[in-house]
Formats: sequence, structure tokens, C-alpha cells
Amino acid sequence: MRRRTGLVFVAPALALFAVFVLYPMVTAFSYAFFQWQGTTRGAFAGLENFVTLFTRAPFTTDLPRALLHNVLFFIGTMLIQNTFGLTIAYLLYTRPRSRRMLQTLYAMPYLVSPIVIGYLWTLLLSPTFGPVNTLLTKVGLESWALPWLGDPKTAIWVVILVSVWQWIGFPVLLYGAALGGVPEELTEAARVDGASNRQAFSKITLPLLVPAIGTVSVLTFIFAMEAFALPYAFGGSTGNPAGATDFVSLLSYRTAFDSGATDAIGSSSALATLLFLIIFGGAYAATAVLRRHERRITA
Amino acid sequence: MTTAVVTTEAPQEQVAARPTQGSRRRPPRVNRPVGGAGASVLLWGYAALALVPLLLMVSNSFRTNADLITDPLGLPAPPTTASYVEAWTTGNFATYFGNSLLVTVGAVAISTAVATMAAYALARGRSRIFRWLEALFLSGLMLPIHLAILPIFYLFDGLGLIDSRLGLMLMYAASGIPFSIFVLTTFFRQLPEELEEAAALDGASSWQTFWRIMVPLVRPALATVAVFRFVPIWNDFLFPLVLLRSEDKYTLPVGLTSFFGENATNYSAVFAGLVITTVPLIVLFLVATKQIVAGLTAGMAK
Repeated sequence: MRRRTGLVFVAPALALFAVFVLYPMVTAFSYAFFQWQGTTRGAFAGLENFVTLFTRAPFTTDLPRALLHNVLFFIGTMLIQNTFGLTIAYLLYTRPRSRRMLQTLYAMPYLVSPIVIGYLWTLLLSPTFGPVNTLLTKVGLESWALPWLGDPKTAIWVVILVSVWQWIGFPVLLYGAALGGVPEELTEAARVDGASNRQAFSKITLPLLVPAIGTVSVLTFIFAMEAFALPYAFGGSTGNPAGATDFVSLLSYRTAFDSGATDAIGSSSALATLLFLIIFGGAYAATAVLRRHERRITA
Repeated sequence: MTTAVVTTEAPQEQVAARPTQGSRRRPPRVNRPVGGAGASVLLWGYAALALVPLLLMVSNSFRTNADLITDPLGLPAPPTTASYVEAWTTGNFATYFGNSLLVTVGAVAISTAVATMAAYALARGRSRIFRWLEALFLSGLMLPIHLAILPIFYLFDGLGLIDSRLGLMLMYAASGIPFSIFVLTTFFRQLPEELEEAAALDGASSWQTFWRIMVPLVRPALATVAVFRFVPIWNDFLFPLVLLRSEDKYTLPVGLTSFFGENATNYSAVFAGLVITTVPLIVLFLVATKQIVAGLTAGMAK
């Protein structure tokens, strides 16, 4: 293909991508380093907007709390996916006949909008007419029939568990694909040498799965740091009850569109930039560690 | 998360390929189910946990509000569609549904069309500029585009696209380009170059070769890309929340939020709204399970 013809073929995609993705992404950084008066951009501000995040109310209370929730969300999701999710994928791997059917069933909630999932569980967990608490009471567990989403202590865990429930089909699929890539000769040879199932899994299969586990963890990290729609459905833009389900993206959103502060654009952009740096830094560091491990097992 | 999946470079393939090199291919042995009956119970039990909340959503949408409050665990006996009529007409879900369909189908069509053309050129172009452009597009796989919502808002403001379904459509089309290009270039590269050489000898133009010969050959990849992009666009919440203003332009997730805000105690109508928002995806999943699974594991081991 000639160069000019090729460029004509690329042009429409490049135009769309440049205007709606690259341009906003690049300007997003510059927003955070200027003074803002409403929608008017003022002088260069250096790190002023970032200092605001750590010195002025409501950020001094809201930001650490929101960040803590993002981190809890990541750790909780990652732990469950890499234990329960991996176990399920492994059990499925040894059951080729029911594997496809079960993988499909586990992936069903993934399809549904996080907004729908949030409202659905809000209704299911309702203290007055929710089927969950009604069932708990019926089987004699009245003490467990709590106002799950009304109590700040339990609300954040509901958000985390519901998110895991929605997404578990995804690591199960990826781990399934990775298990399919582990050569059977290796595990077979180990069994011939007298290794038990458990030993063959922990000494042979698991080390070969580390790249897949790393990939899932990195994607989970990005996902957890960006969390927006699901917590919005559960607690609105303020993270009800009492900020217990607040996340950094929600804080950034309500700073920009609900707060009415004159320099809202500056501080909201600083929040978005901070979040970007955390996501990029975390994903980059984890990927570097993984690459090193991969070189070791393929060498 | 859905588009970021493809950033992995199939490390498993390399890991797996090494030790098998040179060994004889044997027919795959059927594994002994690990964990026995107990594990099977766990697997099917969890399948029930994945499914029951969704089934409850459907079942409750066919009941009356009074019935829902007095008997939270009851079944729709007899089923009533009153809540659907209410959500669809007075709840404006007919409008939201039409908007979602328009925006999603339009975005997927635009994105797939421009990405297919670009992917073909990137796969076949020999000049260095194409390597550079490909790297630029693929960098978009990792960009958390939702973090740029403020610049996007002001870009839309400047272009007069605030409260415009066309603007939203273009936004989604653009954000789907990296994933589509990633999948499609891989496919185009697998096709033999002799095809184009033969077509050129027969006097076909570049466009004819592309449209008549190459596009039909990558049809399975087009299906994967289109189906897989449909889901996150249909479900997206932040962009319509920020970029749309008037209720008659809302897509389903935002329309649902506004409906829930005003009718939080009209449970059966809310359940109906949840089902209306979800049904097209379930239908899509049933007819295109293969494409969705292929999209989820794109770039991972085969």
C-alpha cells in the first residue's frame, strides 16, 4: 500500500481520536496548573491547586477518606479475585464439560450496567422490604438483618462485595485462558514423580500463572481507582451515608459540577491529575515487577 | 476496565510454548475433576448466587408494588405488566431506550468503520509513520479517559455539542478506536499479502481491494469488536451525566437515575426500569456469547 493512500485510510480515525481523546487528555494536565475564576483561566499557578487539596476544607477531610475507600476497594477486590476467583477457575479447568456453561453464568452480572447493579442491590438490601433481610429473619438470623447500606460501617463493604460479585466472571475467564496455556506435560510429569494435585498446583501451575495474576491485579487497580458509577448508584455523588461510600472520582465530580466554589475547575483538575498519577505510577511499577518475573520463568 | 484488558501481551503463550517445543502432540487428556462432588456443589451454588439477584429483578418487575411490600419473597402470581406500562410511558423509558439505542448503535458503527480502515493501513503500510501512528492509537488503551471529563466538557461547550446526542455518539466512537484497531490490525496481518497483489494485477483500486476482498475476510473480528464495544457504551454513566442536559435526550443509565430519584418508593416500576435497561444486553449476550468472551480475553492466551 502506498504511503499516501495509507494515510487517507488512517485520517478519519486519527481525526476523531485526536479531537475527542488526545486533546482532552493532554489539556487535562494543563488545567490543574492554572488559576481559575469560574470558567475563566487565569495566570499560571504552579502547584497551588494541589496545595489546596491538602490544606482546605472539605478536601482535608474528604480526600483522605475517599482515597482510603479506593484503596480498600482495590485490596478487597484483589484478594477475593485472586483466591476465590482463581479457585473457581482451577476447579472449572478440571471440569471441561460444565466449564463453558458455568463461565457464562458467572459472566452474566458483568454485562449489566453498574448503575442497574447498584439500584438492584439497594432494593434487595432494603431494611423494610428487601428479600435479603426478610430471608435472614425467616431462617432465624434476625441479628444479621442489618440496615446494610444505612450504616456507615457496613456500607463500604456492600459496595466492595457487590462489585466483586459483578466482576468475578472476568478473572475466572482470564485465569481459565491462562490455565489452558499451562502445558499438561509439566503437571503430568510432576504427578508421575509422585506429586499430589495440591503439590502440582502450587509448585508448577501457580508460578506459571503469576503473569495472569499480575495482569488481573493491575486491571483491578485501575478499575478500583476509577470507581464512579457503582458508588454513585449506592450513595449518590456525596457518598451516603455520611461519606462512607465516597471515592476520589465522586469527590472530583462534585467539586467540578456541584460545589460552586470559584476555583472549582482548578481543584477538580488537580484531583483528576493526582488520580491519574496514582493509576499510572501503580500500574507502571506493577508491570515492571511482572516483566522481571516473566523473564525469570521463561529464561 | 473492559478496554484495558488487551494491554497484556499474552505472556502465557510464551511461557507455554517453550517446554512443548519438540514434544509430540498428544490428544488432550480429560482431567480428573479436582475437589469431587463438594467442589461441584460450590461451583453450581455460586452460579445460583450470580444469577438469583438478576432473576429476582425480573420476577419482581412483574409484581405490583403493594405485593412487593407485603411479601418480599413472593413470586409473580399472577404476573402483571402494569409496572412496564408505567415505566415505559409515564417514566419516559421509551425515550431513554430510543436515545441509548441511537447513541450506542451510531457510535459502534462509526468507530468500527473508521477503525477498520485505519487498521488495514496500519497492518499493510511499510513507512515508519505507520508504526508511529499505531503506537499512538494503542497508547489510548491505557488512558483513563473518564479523568479528562472537565476538558471534554469544555471541548463540547466550545463545539456547541453540550446536550447533543451526536456529540455523545462521537465521543464514544473515538474512545472505542484503540481497542478496535488493536484487534483488527492483528487480523489483517494474518491475511496473506498475495491477496492484494492478485487484486492489483486484476486492476482493482486500493479501496476496491479493501472493501471487496479484505473486509469480508475479517468479518469475525468485526463482530467481536462491534459486540464488545456495545456493552460499555450502552452502560456508560459519566458522559451522559455531564454532557446531556434535557431529559428527552437522556440515555438509559442517566434516565434511570432521574427516575429512581423521583420514584424511589415505586419499587415495581423501578424494577421494570432496571429490566428494560438490561434486556438488550442479555439478548446480545445470548446471540453473541462467543464474541463477548473473545473480546474479554483478547490479547491473552488463545
